[in-house]
Amino acid sequence: MKITPELIAQHQLTIAEYDKIVTLLGREPTYTELGIFSVMWSEHCSYKSSRIHLKKLPTTGKYVVQGPGENAGVIGIGGGWVVAFKIESHNHPSYIEPFQGAATGVGGILRDIFTMGARPIAVMDSLRFGPITGTPESAHNRRIVSGVIGGIAHYGNCFGVPTVGGECIFEDCYSANPLVNVFALGVCKENEIFYARASGIGNPVIYVGAKTGRDGIHGASMASAEFTEESKQKRPNVQVGDPFLEKLLLEACLEAMETGAIVAIQDMGAAGLTSSSCEMGSRGSVGIDIDLDLVPQRETGMTAYEMLLSESQERMLLVAEKGREEEVFRVFRKWGLDAVTIGVVTPDGNLRVRHLGHVVAEIPNPALADEAPKYDRPHNVKPHRRAPLDPPAGISAPTDLSADLLRLIASSDLCSKRWIWEQYDYMVRTNTIAGPGSDAAVVRVKETDTSIAMSLDGNGRYCYLDPREGAKLAVAECCRNLATTGAIPVAATNNLNFGNPERPEIMAQLVEAVEGIAEACRFFETPITGGNVSLYNETLGEGIYPTPVLGIIGLMKTAAPAPVRFVREGAELLLLGGFGACDQQRFGSSQYAKVVLGELWGLPPQLDMDYERRVHDAIRAMIEAGIVESAHDLSDGGLAAALAECCTSEIGARVTVPIADRPEQALFGESPSRILVGTGDAARAREIAAKFGVECPRIGATMKVRLQIGSDTHKMLIDLSTSDLTQASETSLPRLLQTQHD
Amino acid sequence: MKAGVIVFPGSNCDHDAWYAVNENMHDRAEFIWHDSTSLGDIDAVILPGGFSYGDYLRCGAIARFSPVMQAVKKFAADGGLVLGICNGFQILVEAGLLPGALLRNRELKFICREVCLSTDTTASPFTSRLNKGQILRIPIAHGEGQYFADERTLDELESEDRVAFRYVENPNGSARSIAGILSRERNVMGMMPHPERACDPLMGSTDGMGVFESMLASMPTAVPVLS
Repeated sequence: MKITPELIAQHQLTIAEYDKIVTLLGREPTYTELGIFSVMWSEHCSYKSSRIHLKKLPTTGKYVVQGPGENAGVIGIGGGWVVAFKIESHNHPSYIEPFQGAATGVGGILRDIFTMGARPIAVMDSLRFGPITGTPESAHNRRIVSGVIGGIAHYGNCFGVPTVGGECIFEDCYSANPLVNVFALGVCKENEIFYARASGIGNPVIYVGAKTGRDGIHGASMASAEFTEESKQKRPNVQVGDPFLEKLLLEACLEAMETGAIVAIQDMGAAGLTSSSCEMGSRGSVGIDIDLDLVPQRETGMTAYEMLLSESQERMLLVAEKGREEEVFRVFRKWGLDAVTIGVVTPDGNLRVRHLGHVVAEIPNPALADEAPKYDRPHNVKPHRRAPLDPPAGISAPTDLSADLLRLIASSDLCSKRWIWEQYDYMVRTNTIAGPGSDAAVVRVKETDTSIAMSLDGNGRYCYLDPREGAKLAVAECCRNLATTGAIPVAATNNLNFGNPERPEIMAQLVEAVEGIAEACRFFETPITGGNVSLYNETLGEGIYPTPVLGIIGLMKTAAPAPVRFVREGAELLLLGGFGACDQQRFGSSQYAKVVLGELWGLPPQLDMDYERRVHDAIRAMIEAGIVESAHDLSDGGLAAALAECCTSEIGARVTVPIADRPEQALFGESPSRILVGTGDAARAREIAAKFGVECPRIGATMKVRLQIGSDTHKMLIDLSTSDLTQASETSLPRLLQTQHD
Repeated sequence: MKAGVIVFPGSNCDHDAWYAVNENMHDRAEFIWHDSTSLGDIDAVILPGGFSYGDYLRCGAIARFSPVMQAVKKFAADGGLVLGICNGFQILVEAGLLPGALLRNRELKFICREVCLSTDTTASPFTSRLNKGQILRIPIAHGEGQYFADERTLDELESEDRVAFRYVENPNGSARSIAGILSRERNVMGMMPHPERACDPLMGSTDGMGVFESMLASMPTAVPVLS
């Protein structure tokens, strides 16, 4: 096939990129080779717009065993054990086909974990959707929500990994660009980690798992373009997942690894057979020769192009020791899976592909991986933001703060997400010590006395107003969540969800956010060990809020963490970190501004990282001292929302808050570095806080059946029954999702 | 007691059952691969939860053809204890070792939740160490857990005292709130809730221990359980 400028454009390559291909090869590429370059050089696989900025992230630290560059990051947890973890997005497929898009997102990240030799023991999800009521797109958004949740549940439940927590936010900007970021974590022995680094000239390259079909061709390039009206026609580009097959693949891979016959292994994710073979070869500085006629195929008549670009799920490529193939085959036979030698490791550093007796592609591995384009895209403008600094005129003073609180905790962002997480098996493997609804999820590692705490957080509103500060706040909140369960944050992964990087004001958002993450991760000593970048989250020229999502993990001694909710009446309530600062400008980023006022303006809350860290140290010391009965960090909705979330149907609280000027700012301001602590020993707790130089006012005590918040001038601000509060929070999401008419 | 935990392709609560017996009960469990034709030297069989054969066709419909199920049937016919949990219950029903069927949950969604069960009978080797009416907090995690049988079968189950557990609040639409049932000979029990997930204080409940302790107590050479 002749390569025309149209064909190049269809492959989302620029003419300059095409010229580089010709230079690297010393000739025109074949059609098959063009396809290979198009996926390997896609934004999704090559990180061409973000790579130079990702270099700014801290990636090393005392716990880090493996940083970015492998299928997942690895950190040591002591006793000879490690955990592998990473977050990845499946945003574009989930919009086009929510159920399968989300399901295969889970499948992909799970393979990234067990390809390292680690058994997955936890999944979390960070989700963003458009509004589910009140807009013309809401009916469609509700279908996306149901599909995505169903897909995640289907895959994780059947595979047998608990989905232990996550976050779910609704904003207009995600209507046509939902975000589905999935985090997974697995555990293995330190000396049993596997890498995707081919070696040993003459070693066989073995294909295992599902057969190759025509599904998912060009999925990686699809994920590297903006959506247009035609995007829905890309449904055939979305793969179909089979979690049962993946479960078999997991067991077979782990068992095959035990034979000692496996040299390297990599899953076939985006760009399938192409990326797995060239990346394994490239990492090991060797070549790989594969013969497509040997590849197990689901349908007949597939071309080389289709086979190489297929994203059929549940497949792995591995390199075994020559002469020990049968040991590997035996394991896969036991599990009823295909395992076939399709190639060999060569010394020449080329990816060479044969089909029907001809060489159809021959490309130096470095050309595909290291030589991929790298752009310093223009970003010397102010980050895109279309919100005023000052509050819009005509915002009236609140008249009924109780009603406002009820409205807030029944809003889609703040309400109980039980409807979602009850569809997930969050307990399978019996390790979940703190599951959904906790500040951080905690999963024990049975083989050790260590547990892993994990938290996902991102705040598009904050980042839209100030990407740098918003990103730092996300890091701080994750670390605060971990500290609240008693864990020490040790490492992080991130998922950078942004719009079109070719627009300088979007690129500026990305650069600011990455630099913010770098600064905060350095400060909190949580190096980034891997992650994912998802760009082009735009539809018809309208981008999402810049949404970096952080996943941070922490270590703690295995023990039941203090619950979020109040456990008894008569416990004293302390506000560790103090009342914080909020002003008119900073109030514009709050959930109150969004839900009650329907506005967005100003700046995100102000973060003092040093103070934040001292708050973490203080709460951990209190937990260690055994005096914490309940603990919940303050975030969306501020103090009042946190108090409401701590109420059970029987136990509430009576609290007094100093009000300077605006009561809504004191109650609903989202100043960070604050944790609501229930204790029976306030004196001791305050002593500990003082030791760390942190404010810790006593604000009240728990009591039966009512939540009452008064001002220091003896004015009742909020007075609600706890049953009304829990009812509002618990019934909201199912009710919103059952909306019939918008 | 030496329990054999059957592993089908797609079982995923096999390790949890194994852990509950070995580590929480300090007893013995071993895995038995689904294509084994004999069970070896064991005192009880546990069919664990999960998605055997991907739950394709119908939950448990393919697993019942696994070679090991012939051995399990024989073991049951000889009076051996067989406990089916969740997917294991579905397999027992498909294999004809227990009556009825398990349909999709009333709300058509998977439900993972800690629920309260009431102990309906103590006259069985799986419930002998519980008290009649005793409330147990045990999690469920299933998409197809709605117990269904015709009225005659349900009447029969009740008149023969073969309902082992009922839900205090019916989560899935099960007929007469049935959560677990016994075979006529009372040596086979299927239940949708997961007792193996409620054997460790860290998991929030140890009420599932009662089932395993009862099984242990029914063994001919039973060592008394210290309580």
